[in-house]
Amino acid sequence: MSERKAPRDHIGAILLKLAENNPDIILLDADFKPASKITAFQNHFPERFIQVGIAEQNMMGIAAGLSTLGFIPVVSTIATFISRRACDQVTTSIALPELNVKLLGLYGGLFVGKNGASHQSLEDLAIMRAIAGMVVLQPADVVETRNMLEFATQYHGPVYIRIGRDPVPQFVPDDYQFQLGKSLTLRDGNDVTLLSYGDLMEDTMLAADYLAKKGVQARVINMSSIKPIDEEAIVKAAGETGGIVTVDNHNIYGGLGSAVCEVVAEKMPVRVKRIGVKDVFGKSGTNEQMKEKFGLRALDIEMDVLEFLGQDGRESQKSKSK
Amino acid sequence: MSDINKLKAIANRARINVVKMIALSGVGHAGGASSIAEILSVLYFHEMNIDPTNPNFEERDRFILSKGHGCPALYAIFAEVGFIPEEMLWTLHDIDSPLQMHPELGLCPGIEMSTGALGQGLSAGIGMAIGARLRKKDFRVYVLIGDGESNEGQIWEAAMSAPKFKLDNLVVIMDYNKFCLSDRTQQVMPLEPLYGKWAAFGWHVIEVNGHSISQLIHAFEEARKIQGKPTIIIAHTVKGYGIPSVEDKAESHSVAFIADQVSETLLALGCSQHEVSQFMQQLKEKN
Repeated sequence: MSERKAPRDHIGAILLKLAENNPDIILLDADFKPASKITAFQNHFPERFIQVGIAEQNMMGIAAGLSTLGFIPVVSTIATFISRRACDQVTTSIALPELNVKLLGLYGGLFVGKNGASHQSLEDLAIMRAIAGMVVLQPADVVETRNMLEFATQYHGPVYIRIGRDPVPQFVPDDYQFQLGKSLTLRDGNDVTLLSYGDLMEDTMLAADYLAKKGVQARVINMSSIKPIDEEAIVKAAGETGGIVTVDNHNIYGGLGSAVCEVVAEKMPVRVKRIGVKDVFGKSGTNEQMKEKFGLRALDIEMDVLEFLGQDGRESQKSKSK
Repeated sequence: MSDINKLKAIANRARINVVKMIALSGVGHAGGASSIAEILSVLYFHEMNIDPTNPNFEERDRFILSKGHGCPALYAIFAEVGFIPEEMLWTLHDIDSPLQMHPELGLCPGIEMSTGALGQGLSAGIGMAIGARLRKKDFRVYVLIGDGESNEGQIWEAAMSAPKFKLDNLVVIMDYNKFCLSDRTQQVMPLEPLYGKWAAFGWHVIEVNGHSISQLIHAFEEARKIQGKPTIIIAHTVKGYGIPSVEDKAESHSVAFIADQVSETLLALGCSQHEVSQFMQQLKEKN
């Protein structure tokens, strides 16, 4: 297995490199720089680093104003504070005028280092997906993070990128090129399709390994482009595998599961099982405690898939715990 | 005509057009538009560096109407400047009109930022003022905020940050017309002492009568001399100024004029009997 790396540990270095080649990139921070690991950017480009203090709403407006002068403002803070606290500013000051602002939502989902419900963004994908014209992405690993940030600074328009906090293995190939609206099949199979993104890609892949041992060949797709979504891959998977299971690090309302249901309901109706946080708030805890509590471990995913396929998921869990 | 009389006349024509536009639309924010006519007249015809033939030239001064609902006055001024043809004013609030009920960047020349959700324009102005410095441009940024709008927390986030960045290229004008939508600002949420609050936040503060052309001209001149910090001009105004039926009343906020009010207002603003009759005919035909 490849070395585990945390996307958030690398965004500072990636942005610094992009900024060296693009003088228009400006980084804005709301007093989160030690956690988002962007201090090196500030040291290297002090005049292109804007510290707005703990004031995310103001930060969005400043970014909007900068973008009207041709700058590419990159706003970096916790995902909840982009999507929940500054929702109206993101909508009215950035998305409505179609401004070229990049929003980096750190700590997307449950895994926020024991910070608990106030810091967990289980709504951000739903909120950001619903904003007209907003691109919504989450990379699965550090290679994809680099690719996506490069894409975002070349694409004109508002982009929301959700960045995971903790180390994950590499899933995309070294020579990977991110394409907006395109997914990446990580594992072939025709019995069922598992779709995920970001931090839960690992458990989803592991679940596919478990399923293979039960004779179930699952296709696994990295849906890192959540909006626009890869409709072609979803329709193809629906047609070829007959059923889709989505794995969301998000409330089951409004995340990837909902996005997939929207596509299959219109274009290729098949059954869809949405795994994710079931309309409750998160908790303080370790990632492993969180996965167990909210049913997001690989073996939970495996059990849900077997149940979805009409096989005995409960027996499977018992045999695993032995 | 002296410069002051010219600017007065422009403000008056803008106010007349605001009444006509809103009468034709059926409804509109007459009160908060009429209170800013002199401020806009001074900005666009005396203070700001703009080019009527090239609204987007790079070195232009920027203006953001943070209290976006006051935009009928801004649109009327755009027609005076020549950014848009006067006929466009009569499409106010129509579904495909560039003149939406709150300004939208990209729809109409001259609009520098989408506003309407209150409290947001000043932050964008700060971004532009920082950007001007980064681009080594010496254009200035003007942001007009409302008094009611200053209930919003984001205004004070922005108020705190502009002095940090030493933005002496930024001027805020507060349209202090003393009313929110529902009531007097003093009743809805007391704002005083405004001078002391902004001064304590690190701003250079000037107070003027916002309907006095000469006081406004002098205030902008004073702001140009201030170095190392932003300026706010607290402009005392009257909501619904010049509209007898709603002047200095909360009812002026959003007005659906009846015909008698329209003719009464246009006459009060100095329109000839002929112009009023002609417009009343136009209004009748539209309805």
